[in-house]
Amino acid sequence: MSVISIDNLVKTFGGVRALDGLDLRVEPGEVHGFLGPNGAGKSTTIRILLGLLRRDSGQVRVLDGDPWRDAVALHRRLAYVPGDVNLWPNLSGGEAIDLFGALRGGLDEGRRDELLRRFELDPTKKCRTYSKGNRQKVAIVAAFASDVELYVLDEPTSGLDPLMEAVFQEEVRRLTGAGASVLLSSHVLAEVEALCDRVSIIREGRVVESGTLAELRHLARTTVTVETVRPLTGVAQLPGVHEVRTVDGRVRLEVEPAHLDTLLGHLVRFQVRALTSAPPTLEELFLRHYGDTVESSTSVGGGR
Amino acid sequence: MSSLTGTGRLARLALRRDRIRLGIWVLGTPLIGYALAESVAGLYPDEQTRVGYAETVIGSVVARAFNGPIASTDLGAVVVTETYLTLALLAALLSTFAVIRHTRQNEETGRAELLGAAPVGRYALLTAALVVVVGANVAAAALLALALVGSGLSVAGSVAAAAAIGGVGVAFTGLAAVAAQLSVTSRGANALAAVTVGVAFLLRAAGDVLGERAPGAIRLDSAWPTWLSPLGWGTQVRAFGAQRWWVLALPAALLVAGIAVAYLLAERRDVGAGLLAARRGPARAAAGLLSPAGLTWRLQRGALLGWAVAVAVLGLCMGVAGHEIDAMIAENPQAAEAIAQLGGGAELVDAYLAAMLGLFALTIGAYVVQALLRTRADESDGILEALLATAVSRTRWLGTQVLGAVLGALALVLLAGVTTGFGYGLVAGDPIGWTVELAGAAALRLPALLVVAGVVTALFGALPRWSVALSWTVLIAFLLLGQLGAVLELPQAALNLSPYTHVPSVPAADVAVLPLVTLTGVAVALLALGLVTFGRRDTPR
Repeated sequence: MSVISIDNLVKTFGGVRALDGLDLRVEPGEVHGFLGPNGAGKSTTIRILLGLLRRDSGQVRVLDGDPWRDAVALHRRLAYVPGDVNLWPNLSGGEAIDLFGALRGGLDEGRRDELLRRFELDPTKKCRTYSKGNRQKVAIVAAFASDVELYVLDEPTSGLDPLMEAVFQEEVRRLTGAGASVLLSSHVLAEVEALCDRVSIIREGRVVESGTLAELRHLARTTVTVETVRPLTGVAQLPGVHEVRTVDGRVRLEVEPAHLDTLLGHLVRFQVRALTSAPPTLEELFLRHYGDTVESSTSVGGGR
Repeated sequence: MSSLTGTGRLARLALRRDRIRLGIWVLGTPLIGYALAESVAGLYPDEQTRVGYAETVIGSVVARAFNGPIASTDLGAVVVTETYLTLALLAALLSTFAVIRHTRQNEETGRAELLGAAPVGRYALLTAALVVVVGANVAAAALLALALVGSGLSVAGSVAAAAAIGGVGVAFTGLAAVAAQLSVTSRGANALAAVTVGVAFLLRAAGDVLGERAPGAIRLDSAWPTWLSPLGWGTQVRAFGAQRWWVLALPAALLVAGIAVAYLLAERRDVGAGLLAARRGPARAAAGLLSPAGLTWRLQRGALLGWAVAVAVLGLCMGVAGHEIDAMIAENPQAAEAIAQLGGGAELVDAYLAAMLGLFALTIGAYVVQALLRTRADESDGILEALLATAVSRTRWLGTQVLGAVLGALALVLLAGVTTGFGYGLVAGDPIGWTVELAGAAALRLPALLVVAGVVTALFGALPRWSVALSWTVLIAFLLLGQLGAVLELPQAALNLSPYTHVPSVPAADVAVLPLVTLTGVAVALLALGLVTFGRRDTPR
């Protein structure tokens, strides 16, 4: 049974369709990456999962409960780190951590102290004096020190430095090692590649791609660089081959996985001297889905 | 680049941001001045009534403490005595808040950093704020002068009176500029400046209470403490008497001094830093904090304590002043009539005490609104989102906020009754009896405060985006209906809109159960509406 299951979720704000038939599955014990640019609907989805927003239509189950109706019961079993952490300016960081923990139903004292040490957070400072990164650490410590089944993390590391990022990744692995599930919304693709078992890419309120990184790569084009003894001809006409360029006597091209075999059969006739093939990076996968948005915004900028 | 580069642009930005606030301030001041001048002219039409008024002011400690001195028996002098403190306090507070909004708040939110990275001089932000606020004071004073002339008062007197009030605003502009440099937070800076206004009020009150009748004239000469208070300076201009224009140099001098000190401090500190260091807190939370109720108490206790001190001091003063009421009736039938109108009933002392308790209940309404609007602030800041993502239900969270505000209001209103009763009992005898009686009378005001809580809660649930503006509007409407409704002869149907109209005016009137039950019923319905609508709506919205 899935930890989170969303089918055909729709949410509108006024006339704007923020979520437009979104589907999402998070399975027990996995870290699920939730990718998409600002405004794609990530935070709206998370707020519906937390029972903060009501859905207009569609099915949503969290830990086999209804996120709106069973909010209080579910919140004892999950912990949330918001992307933009705001705290009470006159409470100390330690007080805020204890408060969140207590309101959620208690936290592990040993873990709390260990996390404070690992994240190098001074709990005696007043929240108003914390930087963005330190406010995020408060929310992360409060969430990770709670022993729950599901962690919902909305861009949790956007203010952390690389050292703290490494600590964060270790701590997430520790959570899943203990059997918990994690929904991780993030812009940091390296973090997603390092942590996530499966990834969903969201665009304009819809999930456009979902699967393990290997599966996504399988769907995407592979980049092939080849050097042949005789001049290579006729590749551009092959099915599934794109973006053929000649660089320093070598040919670079992209090929769809289904047509890799045909391409290789063609290449051997020109006596292959060197051949490398690289699976697409997550960044390339991500940009492929947003390529036209990037392009259109560039052309708008250029037209001014 | 000079240290003032960009001041003009920043001033225009401040004007753009505050165009509505400043508009209300600059246009509202002359409107209030005109309305009050007209109503005072109606109450004291001839020399005889004005002499009676002046003698009352000179003879009454209460009148001197809360209205200030009187400069002559000219109609303008009566108008100034009746309106000066209202307008001067408004100018002081509005100037203070405006300066801090455009200086320390900008730094706190990081906007100043963003602006500071642009070609903007070191002093530009502070200077722009000062230019805008001093400009608003000058504009408001100029329009006030026109309004007073328009209501038929002498030109020289009107100009002097308006300049005196503008001067108060200017003086506090200078003080706020310093406060903004000292504290790291705009809350702290506002608190610091508000304490300054309070101290200025007390010094002026003390000076006027200790003042003496001028030899050979119907005039009160204030004692030296008044001269220590920027609020007192305005009264010393004697706008409608033997004018002393040179007194207007004092606020100007304070502004210049304030600017000099603020520039000096700005020069010595980093952007975002203050001179009062931030304190540390405990590493662990006390057990009492770890619940919605504990959190509410922790967040409200400071404000509640401040309110309690103010209520207790005022209550004692009002109570002690009660023994002068009998003397007042003999000298001034109009004043007696005014008190009877506010308090109702036969015995004038009872009417006075009832009127004071009514005023306390209205003022404590502001505490209720302020405490409950924290809900909206939490929602806008994203704190509510994090809280509701824990195992706290919406009903429990909002219910706790309401309970906290209502219990705070009950404590304050009881404290008002206890201190007023004790103060009156000290001078009239039987302090314990009076304390108990007025505590009971004060508690009867709670249903009206419950309605105020209900209104704010319902607005937060149903119209969250409008809740802040509408809540304050409703409270001000209740205040105006209560204080001016009878003077303006509004129809009873309009007066009935305010819950305060329905509270039995104990001890001047008998306890009536029905209105109290009805008010409580209305309050419960409004609270339920708020809880239900909040339980069903999106957050944040």
